[in-house]
Amino acid sequence: MKILVCPLNGPRPVAEFAYGGEIRRSPDPDTCSDAEWSSYVFNRSGAPGAKYEWWCHIASGFWFVVLRDTTHDVVIATFPAEAVRRGLPPP
Amino acid sequence: MMHRLDAPAGEWLDRSGTLRFTFEGREYQGYSGDTISSALAAAGVPYLARSFKYHRPRNILSFANHDSNTLFQVDGVPNVRGDVTLLRDGMRVSAINTFGGLTHDKARVLDRFARLLPVGFYYKAFHSKRLFPRWERMFRALTGLGEVTLGAAREATPKRYGFCDVLVIGAGPSGLSAALAAAQSGAQVALVDEALRLAGNGAPQALVRAAHDSTSITLFPATVAAGYYADHWVALASPSRMTKMRAGAVVFATGVIEQPAVFRNNDLPGVMLASGAAQLLARYGVAPGRRVVIVAANLDAYVTCLELSARGVSVAAIVELRSAPERDPAVAACVALGTTLLPAHAPYEAIHGPDGTVAGLRIAPLNAAGHLDATSTRRIDCDAILMSVGWAAAAQLFLQAGGSTRFSEELQQFVPQDLPPGIFAAGRMNGVYDVESRLADGRRAGAQAAAHAGFGVPGSAIVAPSVRCPSHPFPIIDHPQAKNFVDFDEDLQVKDLENAAQEGFDSSELLKRYSTVGMGPSQGKHSNMNALRILARLRGVGVEQLGLTTARPMYHPVPLKLLAGRSFYPERRTPIDAQHGSLGAVWMPAGNWRRPEYYAVSGESRAQSIDAEVHAVRSSVGLIDVGTLGKIEIYGPDAAELLDRVYAGRYSDLKVGMTRYGLMMDESGVIIDDGVIARLSEQLFYFTTTTGGSATVFRELQRWNALWGLDCTLVNVTGHRAAFNFAGPLSREILGALTDIDLRDEAFPYLAVRAGNVAGVAARLMRVGFVGELGYEIHVAAGRGPDVWQALFTAGAPRALRPFGVEAQRVLRLEKGHFIVGQDTDGLTDPHEANAMWAVAMKKPFFVGQRSLRILQARGPRQKLVGIEFAATTPLPKECHLIIDKGAIAGRVTSVTHSRALNKSIGLAMLSPDLAQVGRDIQIRIDNGDLLAARVAPAPFYDPKNLRQKVGSSA
Repeated sequence: MKILVCPLNGPRPVAEFAYGGEIRRSPDPDTCSDAEWSSYVFNRSGAPGAKYEWWCHIASGFWFVVLRDTTHDVVIATFPAEAVRRGLPPP
Repeated sequence: MMHRLDAPAGEWLDRSGTLRFTFEGREYQGYSGDTISSALAAAGVPYLARSFKYHRPRNILSFANHDSNTLFQVDGVPNVRGDVTLLRDGMRVSAINTFGGLTHDKARVLDRFARLLPVGFYYKAFHSKRLFPRWERMFRALTGLGEVTLGAAREATPKRYGFCDVLVIGAGPSGLSAALAAAQSGAQVALVDEALRLAGNGAPQALVRAAHDSTSITLFPATVAAGYYADHWVALASPSRMTKMRAGAVVFATGVIEQPAVFRNNDLPGVMLASGAAQLLARYGVAPGRRVVIVAANLDAYVTCLELSARGVSVAAIVELRSAPERDPAVAACVALGTTLLPAHAPYEAIHGPDGTVAGLRIAPLNAAGHLDATSTRRIDCDAILMSVGWAAAAQLFLQAGGSTRFSEELQQFVPQDLPPGIFAAGRMNGVYDVESRLADGRRAGAQAAAHAGFGVPGSAIVAPSVRCPSHPFPIIDHPQAKNFVDFDEDLQVKDLENAAQEGFDSSELLKRYSTVGMGPSQGKHSNMNALRILARLRGVGVEQLGLTTARPMYHPVPLKLLAGRSFYPERRTPIDAQHGSLGAVWMPAGNWRRPEYYAVSGESRAQSIDAEVHAVRSSVGLIDVGTLGKIEIYGPDAAELLDRVYAGRYSDLKVGMTRYGLMMDESGVIIDDGVIARLSEQLFYFTTTTGGSATVFRELQRWNALWGLDCTLVNVTGHRAAFNFAGPLSREILGALTDIDLRDEAFPYLAVRAGNVAGVAARLMRVGFVGELGYEIHVAAGRGPDVWQALFTAGAPRALRPFGVEAQRVLRLEKGHFIVGQDTDGLTDPHEANAMWAVAMKKPFFVGQRSLRILQARGPRQKLVGIEFAATTPLPKECHLIIDKGAIAGRVTSVTHSRALNKSIGLAMLSPDLAQVGRDIQIRIDNGDLLAARVAPAPFYDPKNLRQKVGSSA
């Protein structure tokens, strides 16, 4: 089983975590077109590479951001959730 | 014929104790310490197995637990691995894959029809759909090894979690010295080897003793590291248990696997790998034969010759594939012994005697270009042929771990090239062959692994690989009559691989899948390398251009009992669980919980009990445990803001002391959860979620909160609180006697929330209407739940109270037309379709799902949730029965029940919008195909104006 290093709890088996999907910027719901919104809701990029993802340490309810190379399944860095509000640099 | 010699020093037997066992019904004897294979070899049993496809007789090949010739049925257990299973007194052993016993196997006739079973036979033969069932029956009977005994004794096989700093796989010279070096650096080491004893395999005995004595090294003998998983998690399979070993770093000292020469009849009983014969001789005192021929292409052949000669076994000849052996004292010693050395000769075919075992070897000279001259063959009489022509790296696990290899022309072997972090290789796998170098390479790898795990400093000295080539580049000899086997498991001959390549399956991955080379129980340990060589020659490329296939875990067969786990299903129980039990609860699962479906009363049927429970709620009072609902508190200045954003309704204008229904959508506008939200103070809300949704809803709320950074915090109090719904026309009156809360309608109106005491216990009360009667949801601390339940139960008992279960609640809510998220809605249902737009505040600036809902509203519903009714006399359809209109599917029934209060059958259905008008007749197709008449009806069915739940104090 993989080990994931939680910024709050340190290294823990991945079974203690829930995956929350890729972090994607939502278009402005008031100005975007229906097509843009539908694409945001339904389309996901399956292309491998470095991606920001939501992960939650279930036992402590702690959500954080993981920058993961999905090609090799390697965690590059982790960030607290505030980083999403401050704006994440391009992966 | 194989036979037992006198006891040598250091053998693994205790010859003072004999063990009696049977093989194929005949009685034999072995010694204490024997394995099944060694005892059968010592007894001179001519053959032990029948091959998979042609049912050819087979005997020991590797004696290393690598081939499938020594799988046995032992005391009802199939596929017991004879090379590594200790003999026990009274064992009943038989061969597998025979029809009518080993000697008279009826399927041996298949050997003569080999031409009718070409490569890719399955793909070529099974085109007729009509004949397929016949083929399938025949091949199910013919194929497969061993026989599962359904009555076999149940064995518990524990799992163990192991932790170490450095895991060393393989306890030969390099593995031993790696383990010792890592331990010296201060690391805790686990040392794993598949042999029954950690004997060092040629390492100095001082090292073996040191490993046994070290307190930092945990030994795992008779253990196969069978699978590598992420972050150095390795499955260690021993006979009795699986250990899931987490290591800081891993040293692969997995060594090399001896490869057979490929020549006609190279599978006859008596043809063995030289390393296997050497192990049999040294550990079990078993000679491979009385007159042995060695097929040689490396120095190991000569060492084996000396070992055999030293024990008095006659070596008739060494058939050397190379033009000359290397200059080495071992070669000189063989010559000095008078052994016939035949350089530049190849084995042409093995010859069997009347009993099917080896009686001779026909050899042929090789010219300078290495081509065989089949016109001048000659026969050497012998009863055993040992093959010592090359080795292949045991790289299966290394490749699984993400390592890559390159093919070394000098060594004719794949050697590690790129090592992932924390992965180290040592010893013969690295191409390091002589013992001193293997020890040094092990020390280097052990120190590096320990340093990776945080102990000591890595050494730097790289150990040079062997200068002698241990492997022949092409130990494969053609023969017009074939039966020169590349894969013994699958009975694949050279021509099969040639045909497969000609048919277009000419990459290593395609060749493997089409021909099944390497897909048998030995997983290509003896066949992949030679198959690659054949494929490379056919394509005119080098082996390095083809590459190895990666075996998936477990790369070595592991008994299923080691993998089977004990079932572990966590089940949550509410604080009232014991009371439910004593009331006769019949349980049903609800999410992770168990809940009473209904309470069985003697003399009543299930339907009668449920009916009586419903009736109690409608006419007097009922009590249901709703403690499984998710219960969440949210506190802070932004609490209302968070709820406004994640729920469809508006909560910022909810008055303190009031509740409001909450509907939750995902971003696509689909209903995912619902509940009741109560405002306890300006900054404190308490709300419920569905039973199944509590964990995920809570987690999702936490995520939104973390993302938006609102000034509020969430607590999941699902397990902290017990909750009941006390409902029925008498509920207010009975509850009034137990509480200090003013229950009068003007003080505690419908949808209000109040705090106070119930039966002396602090409680939150919410006036809710889910079941459509005057009712109070009572939330108390979990620990006091049983007291409050008991007090309510005792107070209500004289007034015809009945506890009611989930089934009665379903009937009650269905009479009210309330949907259940996930039952009446599905993964595509939006609030518009579920008639729940009354719970959606579209004017809010933002909420999750709002944008999608706008699109969905504009598009119009694809389906509508409607009430349906039918005459009480018609049989009930089932949930999910389809509604048929003009021969096409027009919807489905989502809920259905018989209502005694209404004296008719009612339900909810998802229906095509054009049929969703009240009064419309519809047809439901039931199990037997009949169409059932029903009618779209207005919901709620019962008390449509909701007067009963809003009933004032005077009622």
